[in-house]
Amino acid sequence: MTSSRREFLKSSATVAAVGFAANLASPRFAGAAAPASRFAEDALRIAPTVGDPAIRALVLSAIDDAKRAGASYADARISQNRSRTLATRERRVQNLSDNETLGCGIRVLVDGTWGFAATRELTSDAIARTARLAVAQAKANRRTQVAPVQLAPVTPTPNGTWSSPVRIDPFSVAIEDQVALLIRANEAALGVAGVKFVNSAMFFLREEKTFASTDGTVTVQTIYRSQPSMTVTAVSSDNSDFQSRQSTDIQPHGLGYEHVLDGKLVENAPRWGAEAVEKLKAKPVDVGRYDLVLHPSHLWLTIHESVAHPTELDRALGYEANYAGTSFVAPPQKVLGTLKFGPEIMNVQGNRNEAGSLGAIGWDDEGVAPETFDIIRKGVVVDYQTTREQAGELAWWYAQQGKPVRSHGNSYAQSWADVQFQRMPNVSLLPGDKDLMYEDLIAATDRGIAIVGDGSFSIDQQRYNSQFGGQLFYEIRGGKIVGMLKDVAYQIRTPEFWNAMDMLGGKRSYELGGAFGDGKGQPAQSNAVSHGCPPTRHRQINVINTGRKA
Amino acid sequence: MSHRLRADSSPRSLLEPARVLSQAEAESLAKRIVGFSQADSCRVSIASAARGNTRFAVNQVSTSGDNEDVSIRVRVTVGRKVGAATTNRLDDAALRQVVQTAERIARLQPDDPELMPELGPQQYVTVDAYHAATAAAEPQQRADIIRKVTEASRAAGLTATGYLEVVTSANAIANSAGLFAYHRSTDCAFTTTVRTTDGTGSGWAGAAARDIGAIDGAALASIAIDKARRSLNAVAIEPGRYTVVLEPTAVGNLVQLIAFATNARQADEGRSFFSKPGGGTKIGLKVVDERVNLRSDPQDPVTPGVPFDGDGLPTRKVDWIENGIVRELSYDRFWASKKNVVPCVFPESLQMAGGTQSVQDMIASTERGILVTRFWYIRPVDPRTILYTGLTRDGTFLIERGRVTKAIKNLRFNESPVFLLNNVEALGATQRVSASESGSAGVPIVVPAIKSRDFTFTSLSDAV
Repeated sequence: MTSSRREFLKSSATVAAVGFAANLASPRFAGAAAPASRFAEDALRIAPTVGDPAIRALVLSAIDDAKRAGASYADARISQNRSRTLATRERRVQNLSDNETLGCGIRVLVDGTWGFAATRELTSDAIARTARLAVAQAKANRRTQVAPVQLAPVTPTPNGTWSSPVRIDPFSVAIEDQVALLIRANEAALGVAGVKFVNSAMFFLREEKTFASTDGTVTVQTIYRSQPSMTVTAVSSDNSDFQSRQSTDIQPHGLGYEHVLDGKLVENAPRWGAEAVEKLKAKPVDVGRYDLVLHPSHLWLTIHESVAHPTELDRALGYEANYAGTSFVAPPQKVLGTLKFGPEIMNVQGNRNEAGSLGAIGWDDEGVAPETFDIIRKGVVVDYQTTREQAGELAWWYAQQGKPVRSHGNSYAQSWADVQFQRMPNVSLLPGDKDLMYEDLIAATDRGIAIVGDGSFSIDQQRYNSQFGGQLFYEIRGGKIVGMLKDVAYQIRTPEFWNAMDMLGGKRSYELGGAFGDGKGQPAQSNAVSHGCPPTRHRQINVINTGRKA
Repeated sequence: MSHRLRADSSPRSLLEPARVLSQAEAESLAKRIVGFSQADSCRVSIASAARGNTRFAVNQVSTSGDNEDVSIRVRVTVGRKVGAATTNRLDDAALRQVVQTAERIARLQPDDPELMPELGPQQYVTVDAYHAATAAAEPQQRADIIRKVTEASRAAGLTATGYLEVVTSANAIANSAGLFAYHRSTDCAFTTTVRTTDGTGSGWAGAAARDIGAIDGAALASIAIDKARRSLNAVAIEPGRYTVVLEPTAVGNLVQLIAFATNARQADEGRSFFSKPGGGTKIGLKVVDERVNLRSDPQDPVTPGVPFDGDGLPTRKVDWIENGIVRELSYDRFWASKKNVVPCVFPESLQMAGGTQSVQDMIASTERGILVTRFWYIRPVDPRTILYTGLTRDGTFLIERGRVTKAIKNLRFNESPVFLLNNVEALGATQRVSASESGSAGVPIVVPAIKSRDFTFTSLSDAV
């Protein structure tokens, strides 16, 4: 699920600032737990750097300490996260903060039971104590054990390095330039008659992560993520209505400052402002069934909730029943190779290598080199997202398919202070064979609604019933957009919704959307993930009107 | 790295109580950092926390974790410019660097037209939110509580999943104007979902408290097991408007959304439910049933909150809604000065007054209605009416002619807590609930069970 901002702030495993102090313009920004502080001039830098031999020595000593204390398997992660949050409204900077957090998390297996402990103190004594605490915890948990954990084999990477493909390090860009860009964009939006309020923000993260496991892997990775965003609000002259437009055509990416520049906030702001004003006068939607044409800037979130989450193997096996929930794609024995999730034209893959995606990494948080794998092939479910602990559950299926039992590389922890578990990679809907664009889908539709941008969202704990809003809604008549609608949300039952898909765009129409705030687990952890997709058309979907009078 | 923080430099034993900064340690650390600043003003906020959690699934512990962290946030002003930076490294070099970072950021900023001066020393209410035995709880104690659920579920032929979290935290603020504030607290939350092995039945129970001794694993196990069994063979009913009997957790899920929407500035700006048509706020207007009283008292014994906010401003008792009438909205220091009112901040504690009816009474007086255990995936749809959508979960039952007759399929609602509280028919006894979706302790909240009419369900869900 994508977490609400408040839930995230209350549950973040790293220490939150006092009170509800975080002054963030966009809920998506809450997803990044992890702070840091380094100037462009590295001479000022005191914290250990990625690749520092001292860090490597500490992660190796952590797993040795764990083994000496009785662990059969151990892994250790030291990460330093640096982030910058910059938030403005109208002509004012509300918050500009550079943040960092540094620490070490140690995970151990003792007689097939997990333990995990983490410390911010990077001394050999503190690391040894934390390793022993993790082992003591595993021993305390062992009494409840029913079946011991077994890890799927992994090919060790003794000396791996990986870095996000960044052209401009966001932390090297002058702060005053970043502030000036947002204030200029705000001015551009405020220049539109009817626009009353503007919030804009930038968020940047750099995670430098060193990992070692007793299987002989040591990896060092530098991961960047960037998101510029705006929300423009129009208020009617008599205070009877207000409408906002979020800048959802610019999605967060695993890129550097070039992503902000490419977003052209100043140039786009007047259009977002005009769209917010137009929403005030839009026609309230008539409830009923419509053919929906869904733009990629909207569809990614529907894919996230209704396709990516139910194909997480831990959910299907019942491990997340108390919060995120289970899955209708279960049990694996009854659905793999048989469940018709969607039409023949539906193909979905998991990957951690799409260029610029939030999920792109070199190795996951248990040292597995991720692979691209089919989840839905020609409409049929053929695999799940997995970790080393889970892959063995599908040994029977992989044997039938002539595949080795291997993790797909979907283990992730949001910070050094949190234990890793199964988190989704990029889960993307592949484009169709025909070279169709969003406009072609509209032209082919007689009576329908086109939806642009992600909005309100909610889905049940088995991922059957969901409801999605959006940013902009357009009425389609006879293949043409005839006007704007408001108060639109559609309600679906997942298998019917995807089986009602009869058109999808081609390669040229494919875009990446995504979020920092993919929430799952207890304590809730936030994952950053992208979903690529073309536009799609779905026949006869139930649309409700969400407007009420107070 | 933090040798200065320890009176005794000997290594801690493995099972020493969860460690957060004491008042003396926090004060010494904060004042040292303030002393590093050359800026016109400097504020240091310290958040020190020790967190322990244990998860269980399929009747055994799945993962667990213990961590300790100290976060230091430095906010400085240079003229009317503001900058901030955060670190969790406590050596002098890192602390000097975080101050320099904040100062450098401030110098590069435009002036802040809304800048308020730092507060001088303040008087705070006493909030007793720390429980020593909870701070000392060990992984073994968590595992022991969990075994009460896993063993009862196994014996019943059911599958238990759940989560137990224990958090000890200490927050402190010091500034260059002489303010110092410190608050220490403990929080526990325990939730469990018990399912039938074939996945056709599911029941939930949960509790939150400052004291881990108040978490009764056996009692919660029996509630969740009972609901899992009774939820079998759920039937479909038509979505629509129904009379509902909401158990306290379900009430907490929705009522807290009102407290989160009380920002006075947004109301004055015309973009809130609390905006008055034509301008201004709804303070003084009746918005819900006259039996509704909603307040935040940081000193409430069951739901102690926090004594100060992020500026170091003292919290106090706030009556948001009294006899159905809006009495206060939240004003930060800037907006309060602009509107010439006293600042009003959320003390992170919420109480709704109850009534005299039991849940059984409410059921007995209901001709046809729905009994709800809890709601889930609650997300905003329309801020104009505080309208949210979400679903029932883990125990949803049909009431016919005064009794619970059968389990029903889960339902999606599109509804506002404002309409819910307008349509109140009866209020029950109050209790503290675990009302966060994620199973974390969340905002401490005390609410009654509620019977209300015309609650809007818009579709059915096949999810169990």
